[in-house]
Formats: sequence, C-alpha cells, structure tokens
Amino acid sequence: MNNRVTDAFKKGKAFIPFITCGDPDLETTKELIVAMDQAGADVIELGIPFSDPTAEGPVIQEANIRALSQGITTDDIFAMVKEVRQQTQVPLVFMTYANVVYSYGIERFMKNSRDVGMDGLILPDVPHEEKAEFAQVADDFDIAFISLIAPTSKERIRQIAKDAEGFVYCVSSLGVTGTRSDITTDIKSMVDLVKAEKDIPCAVGFGISTPSQAKQMADQSDGAIVGSAIVKICAKYGKDCVPYVAQFVKEMKDGICA
Amino acid sequence: MSNGRFGQHGGQYIPETLMNAVLELEEAYNKYKDDPTFNQELQELFNEYAGRPSRLYYAKHMTEDLGGAKVYLKREDLNHTGAHKINNVIGQCLLAQKMGKTRVIAETGAGQHGVATATVAALMGMECEIFMGAVDCERQALNVYRMKLLGAKVHPVTSGTATLKDAVSETMREWTNRIDDTHYVLGSVMGPHPFPTIVRDFQAVISKEMKEQILEKEGRLPDAVLACVGGGSNAIGAFYHFINDKEVRLIGCEAAGRGIDTKETAATLNTGKLGIFHGMKSYFCQDEYGQIAPVYSISAGLDYPGIGPEHAMLYDEGRAEYVAITDDEAVDAFEYLSKTEGIIPAIESAHAVAHAMKIVPTMSKDQIVIINISGRGDKDVAAIARYRGEDIHE
Repeated sequence: MNNRVTDAFKKGKAFIPFITCGDPDLETTKELIVAMDQAGADVIELGIPFSDPTAEGPVIQEANIRALSQGITTDDIFAMVKEVRQQTQVPLVFMTYANVVYSYGIERFMKNSRDVGMDGLILPDVPHEEKAEFAQVADDFDIAFISLIAPTSKERIRQIAKDAEGFVYCVSSLGVTGTRSDITTDIKSMVDLVKAEKDIPCAVGFGISTPSQAKQMADQSDGAIVGSAIVKICAKYGKDCVPYVAQFVKEMKDGICA
Repeated sequence: MSNGRFGQHGGQYIPETLMNAVLELEEAYNKYKDDPTFNQELQELFNEYAGRPSRLYYAKHMTEDLGGAKVYLKREDLNHTGAHKINNVIGQCLLAQKMGKTRVIAETGAGQHGVATATVAALMGMECEIFMGAVDCERQALNVYRMKLLGAKVHPVTSGTATLKDAVSETMREWTNRIDDTHYVLGSVMGPHPFPTIVRDFQAVISKEMKEQILEKEGRLPDAVLACVGGGSNAIGAFYHFINDKEVRLIGCEAAGRGIDTKETAATLNTGKLGIFHGMKSYFCQDEYGQIAPVYSISAGLDYPGIGPEHAMLYDEGRAEYVAITDDEAVDAFEYLSKTEGIIPAIESAHAVAHAMKIVPTMSKDQIVIINISGRGDKDVAAIARYRGEDIHE
C-alpha cells in the first residue's frame, strides 16, 4: 500500500498543482516538477496527454493537443519521470484516461509507473463500478488508485470513500475542468460524508484559480488542486514558464496556509 | 464489474459526475419499458407521427439485374425525417419526458440524429441543443439550417477532428454541466450503459417488422440481412430479432473510406483494437498508445472511430460478419440504387447496398437478402455531385 500520497497531507493543508506532460516539451516538464516542489507543492499531478479528454475544458484540451502534436508518448513520459526522480522526491500521481492505460496494458503500465517512481493514478473516466480492473493491479504495484467524488455523487460517496486510496479527489462543481469565478457546492458536507466512512485526506479540484479560492476550498477539506490556471501560464510563456509557474504555486501554497 | 456488459464489452466508463444520471436513466427505463401506457404512447408516435411500419419493398429490377438472390429493401428512409434515427429519438424523448426532463441535448454526425432530435423536441415542447462537428456543419449545411428551423440551438464543435467523435465528447461535457433538467439523447448503440441497450430496444422495431413482413411475403426467413455500421444503431435494429435465427447471416458494412490499408478509414472492426472510450469498452481505431485515430469516411454518419459494444460481441462470437466498403464502392451503389429502383439511399445506407451488389450475384435465386435502407439520400446529393466533379453547392 503506497502511503506517500496520504503522508503528503500530514504536514498541513496540501497544495496539488497539475501540469500536462510535454507542454510545451518534456524538458520543461522536468524543470516544472522540480520548481513546483521547491515552491511548496505537496503532491504533483502529471497529465499524460490523450487525444479526446472528455472531462477537460478547453484550456487542458489544448495542452493535450500541444503535447501530442510533438509526438510525445507514454514511454517518453515514463523516461522523463525516471530522470526527474533523481532531483525530487515529491509524490507524483498520473492523471490520464482509461484508454491510455488500457491500451498500454494495465499491468505493464502499473509496473513501469512503480519502476520510475510514480505514487498514484487518477482516471476520471473510470468510476467506482469500473475501478476493480485497474485498482487491483495498481495495488499490486504499490500505485495508489485515486477516486473522485462529485457534487452529484450523494449516497455514492459512502461506497467510494470506503474503497478509496491515497486521497479522495472532490470535484468542486458540475461540468469539466477550467477556472470558475464562483464555487457554490457545499464541499464541507461532501468531505464530512467521506470522513464518516474512512480517515483519508480529501483535496478539492475543478475551477480553482486564486489563492483566496484555494484557501476557501482547503479550509473545508485537506487541500486544493489547481490545473487549468497553471496550464494557462504554460500556454502563455511556453518554455519560459517555469519561474512564473513556481511563483504562482508559491502564492497558492502561501494562500492556503495563511 | 458493472452492469451493461455484452461479453467483455460495454460498461460505464464515464466521469463520476454523470454516474447518478445514468443510474437514474436505467431505473426509469426499467420502470417504463414494460409499462403498457408507455408502450401504447410509443406505438402511437411510431405509427401516427413517424409513419411506421416502414415498408419491406421487393426490389425487382435490382434482383433481375444482379441475377442471384431475391433482394428486399427495408424502407427506413420513408420514416418521418428520412431515417431510422427517429425511432430511438421518439423513445428517448418520451422517456425523458416521463423523467421530468425539459431539455434534450444530442450529438450528430451527418445531421440525421440532430434533425430527428430537434423534430421530436419541437413536437414535445422541449428545449433542444445539438452539438455537431464544425467540419460536418460545413458538409451538411442544410441539416444545420433544418435543426434551427425546428427550434434547436446548434453548436459547431471545433475541438479535435471537428467531426462526430468530437461532437459526442462535447455533448458529454455539456451533460456534466447541466444534468438536473437535461437528458442526453445519445444517437447510437454506444456510450455508457444503459444507452446501448435502450437505443437497441427502440431500434429493434426494424427487425421485428422485417421478420413479420418477410414471413408474410415469402413464408420464410431471409438468408442474409445487411446494414451499414458506424456506431451501429440501424444495424443492431435490423439484426436484433434474427440473432437467435442462426441460419440468417447478419452482415454489417463498415466505412473503409479510401481503403482499410490507408489511414483514411473508419472501419473499426477491420482496423481497430480493443479499448475504452466514450463510456464503453469496445473496438476503436487508435494508435499503439491508445490515442484515438482521426478517422475518415465520405459518409459523416459512419465517420466514427468506435462501434457499439453489442456489435463488438457479435463480432467476437462470429455471429455477425463485418465487411469494409470504400467511398468509391458506396458512391457507385448510391447511383446504382437511384437508377435501378428510383430510390436515392443515404450514402451511409449505400455501403450496405454496395456489399449486396457483391454477394447477391453469388447466391441462388431461391435465396433472400434484406438490405436495411437506413435513410434517404437527399442530404447527400450535393456531396456526391462534388465527388463526381460537379460544382454544386447547397
């Protein structure tokens, strides 16, 4: 059982940034991982690009296209992680889609993940009903298979929480990823339902882009996840994005700890 | 493992946000599918609004010309809105209404499903939004206007290849955005459970009628049933009531595009491999890393990189055969049926006609073939003219 992801929440409220691997290129991805770790990231989500990311809004869809148009493959990403592991021990989780893992071979994917030093995996198109096929193999290779709950989950939260590993990813709003000015979901109640079932950290993602939003979400849970706001910075600055992303991560981390 | 499996295929691979919506849909469907009032309303709409039952027409000239098996055409093209799509849409909209939904959303490729959804939404007084690839909006401009005329809002989808698969992705995204009052009228036997089952049940009226009609006309079952396959809704509708009649060959005709040895193809079973996409496990055209392939066919309705899970199972079991038909063969068949029988088929349906033209001459005169003419070809006339080098625009 991989506890590195869970342990990352023990130091206080966690900040979890997301980037798409290979956007703008894999060399920059490596630099981003190291810089975000130094800037205070507690766990880092690494997106493996997919041609048709159905849970993503336009910002991350475009990052996927930018990465894929350079011909970046799952094998290139494993190699990149292996290299970056010599510079950082920050917990790393992959975020991708079922077909990327399935077509690679579930066992081969999990084994390579473990061998290069990954800690977890998030598949937004694999709900609780379908997770066994992936989660059992992930468990064999010490990869935490991270489950999501949504504002529509209601009574499903209990069962999902019971079988959850690593942390529970609380989707803050309806819709796809992307920044939002308002998050109106009662996050606290969702988190309470999880905690009543299992003592596991809960981090909130979808729609968060400012330090005050991140603090508001982390106050009701154990941490905040930010993707689109960071990917926007990568899109804007390209290969020069590292210091800008690091600065943003520091502000967000400071924000939730304030 | 989840519900809704067809052998190893099917399932519910969708974001958690949508899970309660599909579970609610399944519950509602199980409640209404055997409800006498629901079925009476469905039957009435089928008959009085869509114009069912559709005719089973003996194609005398085609039979004589090909010189082999007797050819019958199941005339789904004669339905209201000109295709089989209306069967499923009437069923799903009626179900959505019972569930208290006031808004429907749908993807469309060629525009036939979009038009059918906009039509039934107008009939039932529901709000309607259609997602259509920007490339397809261009290819089928008349259908875009038709949907607007019927009161629907049409959103051109520019992501990815801007065709049917992207329209499906975008409609799924929109559904996660607004679920409470909205039903997603999925247009084919694909997506997460329970859609492949619901759509198949509503389309199964095709083979139910076919069977009754052929028994009445010939006193026996056909030797083969042919239908075109994209996602596979007209084909499963045409096959369903014959699946247990092992002597009836079931033949699905996929779009080979410029050929299955080229990248410009949409023939999923002939070129794809097992994968998970758009809510289901099935076969998909994809690269070695699981990236979904940008498929191609002259027919916008067959231009999809996957196939419904029940077809994938029939393929695995060897119960149905799946052949690939090129653009050239389909266009030839489009023209052939127009000239021999005075019936202009949809370019999608022309794929099935093309395969019939290959196998009918090899069969004996006492054998019977039924081709499902899933839609009418008026929408394709301008595109076929351009294919033949004539500068006609709608």
